[in-house]
Amino acid sequence: MKPIIVLGSGLAGYTLVRELRKLNREIPITLVSQDSGDYYSKPMLSNAFAQGKTPAGLVLTAAEAMAKQLNITLLANCRVNAIHRLSKQLDTSAGTLEYDRLVLAAGADPIRIPLQGDAADAVLSVNDLTDYAHFRDTLETATSIAIMGGGLIGCEFANDLAAAGFKVTVIDPAPYPLAGLLPEQAGRQLLEPLSKIGVTWRFGTAVHSMDSSDTGYVLTLTDGTTLHADLALSAVGLRPRIQLARDAGLDVNRGVKVDEQLRSSDEAIFALGDCAEITGRILPYVLPIMQAGRALAKVLNGEDARVVFPYMPVVVKTPAHPVAVSPVARDATGSWQVLASGQGIKMGFFNAQNEMTGFAMTGEFAAERNEMTKLLVAA
Amino acid sequence: MKVWQCVVCGFVYNEADGLPEEGIAAGTAWADIPADWTCPDCGVAKADFDMVEI
Repeated sequence: MKPIIVLGSGLAGYTLVRELRKLNREIPITLVSQDSGDYYSKPMLSNAFAQGKTPAGLVLTAAEAMAKQLNITLLANCRVNAIHRLSKQLDTSAGTLEYDRLVLAAGADPIRIPLQGDAADAVLSVNDLTDYAHFRDTLETATSIAIMGGGLIGCEFANDLAAAGFKVTVIDPAPYPLAGLLPEQAGRQLLEPLSKIGVTWRFGTAVHSMDSSDTGYVLTLTDGTTLHADLALSAVGLRPRIQLARDAGLDVNRGVKVDEQLRSSDEAIFALGDCAEITGRILPYVLPIMQAGRALAKVLNGEDARVVFPYMPVVVKTPAHPVAVSPVARDATGSWQVLASGQGIKMGFFNAQNEMTGFAMTGEFAAERNEMTKLLVAA
Repeated sequence: MKVWQCVVCGFVYNEADGLPEEGIAAGTAWADIPADWTCPDCGVAKADFDMVEI
């Protein structure tokens, strides 16, 4: 019997396999990873430093142990060159593999903003454990760090590194932190608490060029100012990995297009996680992956399941000023209202019927996320 | 007393220690933690992921 082949050993790939094994111990599964296949916590990459975690310490379960525990064939450090849909074969660096059904859990690549300057290529991104190990090595000789992007990952890194004593500057064209997630009044709550631990904010501008200097790098911003940094980290967002799917002729848009059964335009090929566009939506963060993994496990086991996404609050790991948010779609109609304020703020998003469909809570209020989630009305 | 680990982020819950800052007393068994409790580090709900005995 040909196996189900899963491409990707991140949270999406391993969650799917774990869920499928709960339902079916027998079905053959092969997991193909371009990395080591070690299971690690990606959410921890942006707050591991202050916790004293080394890259090796972030591995929760080594690849061999995962393979044994889940009873799968694991092909590590294996690249997939092409999907041949008619013959249901993969052309890989480990030879030709035949699949019964194929799951794309390939993740996403960091978006890189093109920069001018002789050191433009020295900008780091941290998107996996290998990147993180390189980043930690580079940090050894750094004292000042420029972070491009003041979103979730940028703010988490800023807090983590500032708390560890680094001099951090965050640069973002938006007017305030976490602008993609929070209303302005909530986002501004982070300014002072993070400033206090050593973060310098530069909003309304972006990095134009990066050049080497005697002691590190000089970054020139679009507003004409310059700043010095020993290390520059880019955290401006992710782009779904869709090249393999596109080359194979699958329907793709921003991500690999799948329906509520996580099925692509080829009935034997599925996708989930950061590479997938589920019924028109790219759903980042952990909770949607857990939901999708559970639903897809049932579908692959022959059940008629559909993924349903409940409210999925996002926790931003900024201990200097914690944030919990149940995001609101960009085109949602309604308005943000302040419900309470103190050491932080508690805001709700209310629709035309005055029903709460989202929230943003910072500081002392962030801990109330469970109670608030229960108060949300189905969209 | 058992120790449990969040499979998403590695957060460890030790029944012997509880989580007093989250209102969970020392000695609280995993089974007695409310179903709507969520991982303090990554926000995944108790019911939404497995805690593995380590």
